[in-house]
Amino acid sequence: MSMVKRSAIVDKLRRKRMLELLAEGKRIDGRGPLDYRKLEVEIGAIEKAEGSALVTLGNTKVVAGVKVKVEEPFPDTPDKGILIVNAEVLPVASAYAEPGPPDENAIELSRVTDRGVRASGMVDLSKLVIVEGKWVYSIFVDVSVLNTDGNLFDATSYAVVSALLNAKIPKYVFEDGEVKETGEVMPLPISNVPISVTMASIEDKLVVDPNGEEEGVMDARLTLVVDEEGRLCAGQKGGSGSLRPEKLMEAVEIAINKSKEIRKVIEEAVKVGKA
Amino acid sequence: MLIDEKGIRTDGRKWNELRPIKMEVGVLKNADGSCYIEFGKNKIMVAVYGPKEVHPRHMALSDRCLLRCRYHMSPFSTTTRKNPAPSRREIEISKVLREALEPSLILEDYPRTAIDVFVEILQSDGGSRCAGITAASVALADAGINMRDLVSAVAVGKVDGKIVLDLNDVEDKEGEADMPVAIMPNLNRVTLFQFEGILTKEEFEKAYELALKSVKKIYKIQREALYEKYFEGEVKVE
Repeated sequence: MSMVKRSAIVDKLRRKRMLELLAEGKRIDGRGPLDYRKLEVEIGAIEKAEGSALVTLGNTKVVAGVKVKVEEPFPDTPDKGILIVNAEVLPVASAYAEPGPPDENAIELSRVTDRGVRASGMVDLSKLVIVEGKWVYSIFVDVSVLNTDGNLFDATSYAVVSALLNAKIPKYVFEDGEVKETGEVMPLPISNVPISVTMASIEDKLVVDPNGEEEGVMDARLTLVVDEEGRLCAGQKGGSGSLRPEKLMEAVEIAINKSKEIRKVIEEAVKVGKA
Repeated sequence: MLIDEKGIRTDGRKWNELRPIKMEVGVLKNADGSCYIEFGKNKIMVAVYGPKEVHPRHMALSDRCLLRCRYHMSPFSTTTRKNPAPSRREIEISKVLREALEPSLILEDYPRTAIDVFVEILQSDGGSRCAGITAASVALADAGINMRDLVSAVAVGKVDGKIVLDLNDVEDKEGEADMPVAIMPNLNRVTLFQFEGILTKEEFEKAYELALKSVKKIYKIQREALYEKYFEGEVKVE
């Protein structure tokens, strides 16, 4: 998924250069280790979706849309609505992305994003029931990756969260033995906002928001999701390398701090989008 | 109620106790390396094939071996039948499993070849990915693959408000947090980390430290299993 053209020799040289720069606290694109690239969140970019957000993080660009259906609940959760998060890397996103069913990278991306939203209890699914055991709201959040330049995990998560915050879904009632649309809309029952913070580890040096070049040479990727109260709600290490145990606690500290800054950007964008 | 007033869990364990673990090395005749593990009620068979020729050939890497991993649950491994087609969960676990094992292997020693690791869950009981990694690492050693270290894995989590070691099936489903961790014990490096649930920073640190400490017990059992096959029990792990 890190779809920058790869060559073993160029990667080696790039990595060497990155490590020289990191020793001075600098990065290949001029950022400091704990700086994000410019984050832009455009709310309501897709009018036909019940909620949507276009997120630009450096050159990485993703769009998320919310759609709603009324369905039977899952048999093991008759008293809860349904929430499904799915992300796909489209062939428009890079020369190395191919059409077809999602590969393991896209599946991991969807599942880690879903985990953050679900574990934080962002959407109160118990409030999305029309008739218990019979009819519930089914909320689909689909993400299309439009351009890849690293850190799809954060960009996707921010798009999903912003689209959910922005969503106005049609209201249904159960009357005379059937489910009817009322013509009114309502916001989703939101009870928490999770913020994802992703880092790359290059020889046990952590940098946030890795770009495509950095992802190409990193040892491991580390995503941590922080909720409104500063608690951890999801995490995932990716990549074929390893890291020193202490690095994980350092990453937790970084994630808790950085999440505050990102939370402000998203809250502000949602506020502007609503006005 | 998953923990009673005396602090005893549903299966009779204390908060920092592992389930019983049994491992046997070299159980499959066709495989280059194999390992069977019972970890609580988990029953898992791991087979390693390779290094071998790569098919399709364009997948081959010129500077190192291609490691492939498949985590798969048998249809009868769960309470309700599991569809045998690979689920999204299994595809994700196959990926993190490969990435957990890869740092321990010296893949540069086998360029243009492939190693296949098959992790088949015959019965699942919570923590199957950790038991799978633990067994897979031993099966790779049994196959004689050049390695830097073994990989040992265990899950920690939060149940009824308490941090506990090695979650079983119910604790995994009804608990408040689950954190599988894999370590190379001698090199002291983390190769797998996943987390879902809600933990404060303090709880997170406590759980993580419990995992780092407990993984050493698993490492000892892995070595004992290898000693059992290769020294026929004549040399003991100290």
